[in-house]
Amino acid sequence: MTIRQNHKRAALAGLVVTLIVVITLVTIAVLTLATAQTAAQAAAAGIPRTSDGKPNLSGIWQANNSANWDIVAHQAHQGPVIALGAAYSVPGGTGVVEGDEIPYKPETLAKKNQNAEHALTLDPEIKCYLPGTPRATYMPYPFQIVQSAASNDILITYEFASAGRIVRMNTKMESPTDTWMGWSRGHWEGDTLVVDVTAFNGQSWFDRAGNYQSDTLHVVERYTPMGRDAFRYDVTIEDPTLYTRPWKMSMPIYRRLEKDAQLMDYKCVEFAEPVMYGHLVKQPN
Amino acid sequence: MRSRFLASIGSLGIVIILAWLVPEPIAGQGSASQKKWTPHRTSWGDPDIQGQWNSQTSTPLERPQSGELAKKEALTDEEAESLEEANRQTFDQQPAPGDTGTYNAFWRDEGKALKRTSLIIDPPDGRIPALTPEAQARISAERAQRRGRGEADSYESFSQWTRCISRGWNGIGSWYSSNYQIFQSPGYVVVFQELIHESRVIPLDGRPHLAQGVGQWLGDSRGHWEGNTLVVDTTNFDPKTNYQGSRETLHLIERYTPTDANTLDYQFTVNDPKTFTKPWTVSRPMRRETGMVTIFEYACHEANYAMTNMLTGARKKEKEAATKTTPPR
Repeated sequence: MTIRQNHKRAALAGLVVTLIVVITLVTIAVLTLATAQTAAQAAAAGIPRTSDGKPNLSGIWQANNSANWDIVAHQAHQGPVIALGAAYSVPGGTGVVEGDEIPYKPETLAKKNQNAEHALTLDPEIKCYLPGTPRATYMPYPFQIVQSAASNDILITYEFASAGRIVRMNTKMESPTDTWMGWSRGHWEGDTLVVDVTAFNGQSWFDRAGNYQSDTLHVVERYTPMGRDAFRYDVTIEDPTLYTRPWKMSMPIYRRLEKDAQLMDYKCVEFAEPVMYGHLVKQPN
Repeated sequence: MRSRFLASIGSLGIVIILAWLVPEPIAGQGSASQKKWTPHRTSWGDPDIQGQWNSQTSTPLERPQSGELAKKEALTDEEAESLEEANRQTFDQQPAPGDTGTYNAFWRDEGKALKRTSLIIDPPDGRIPALTPEAQARISAERAQRRGRGEADSYESFSQWTRCISRGWNGIGSWYSSNYQIFQSPGYVVVFQELIHESRVIPLDGRPHLAQGVGQWLGDSRGHWEGNTLVVDTTNFDPKTNYQGSRETLHLIERYTPTDANTLDYQFTVNDPKTFTKPWTVSRPMRRETGMVTIFEYACHEANYAMTNMLTGARKKEKEAATKTTPPR
């Protein structure tokens, strides 16, 4: 066998190997695409719907991220209570804010930083206050949506502090007063439940990092099914007192799939009383 | 202590003007009309009891032990009206000198009186049955433990209402804002209580109760439909709940039956052999709110300034008393 013949054979073998690799890759790609399409179709088909054809979001849901610690990207760090060590320190997070920036006005940013510094005394979560919207959605506790026909009010009841809000459908009625959880009015845009939330008292925070809001807050939430067991939660935040422009958050929310899943009590006033009123308790003589 | 009512008020969620458009039904007459009325059904086939409801009434839980009402079960229209009027007058009385007073009839939502002398329909005397010796001993021990303590030594000196922890399960409502909105989805009925923005989530899928010893302030409810009647079985009460002396051994059976478009006949039976010598049953209507009414956010704890004020006041009084008793040097 000559060197030349060897070269020819090598070239041929190379070609065959290349062809096999290409064919395999193409086949995999085609199969993957087909599978993905089937999965997407199956997901759309698997969305539970009410009798009038709207997605039925009824169920027990929970976020699975670290947004309640900080809605913008952050690395893991020591928790606020040194004694709790590794058990209650802060996990990192990739952030849920679009563009990873909250557009504070220069004069409103300082308060965010002060809030963060004094979170142990200022964070309304520590006092078991109603957590506000949207924070209630991504706190590390489940919540339940109860939805009937498209024209009926929708109830969202949260485990944390037994917070609750009624989403009134297709109404123009305004709230007669300010609230913690907001005044929620809903309508459907295709398969998306859009909830317009107004009448905030401005006392809630977005997270434990001190990101805050004022009473000019206006929240628009979008609940879009991503299949049977998840929905995408998109939120637009508008608050001209604090921010230079509206900004957005987005995250998936997952169905709790445990058999017999249910909301448990987290009536946390009892847990907050020692820190809120402890200094006013009668001391033994 | 009158000032505790201040704490119960919370934020602005209290003033709901109720339109009493619905004619007064007599609970107990329900069974005949129950058969005639066919309620709407949800798209999945359950009787549809969704909407806003109110359970207010000025009829007392128990029949009076003395006076002309003591031996009566039913009331005439006139007698029911005079009961309402007597209530109004009681709450409009001027407080004694030095007393801060409390909410007058304007602030209270007493509701119409039923044509009965008590909400309790069983036992027939309209009264809560006697406590068991065990319960009497337990309650006496609790009282003894509290004796000698000030009324505002700690936040723990106050009730779960005043502390805004939970209204707990309370089948007879309050003297204001006894507003409920019922929601349904396949497999669930949820009763949302305006006070204190608490939901009673009632699964209908036959699942077992929570593990024994896992207590919940509103108990753990499981329901099913018997014809048009929603039957709810509730156990697993938190040991700190207190319903007429009953604690974690409280076992409730409730029955919600729509009897016409705007009325739910609501009955509950209290079973707790550790506390009561026999079970007892309450019957009362819930009325659909048909006027321009809506449930507001009742932010109780967030506006509980009274707790801080009562504790601060008590500490100040103690300090003043100590200064007075210290002999001058």
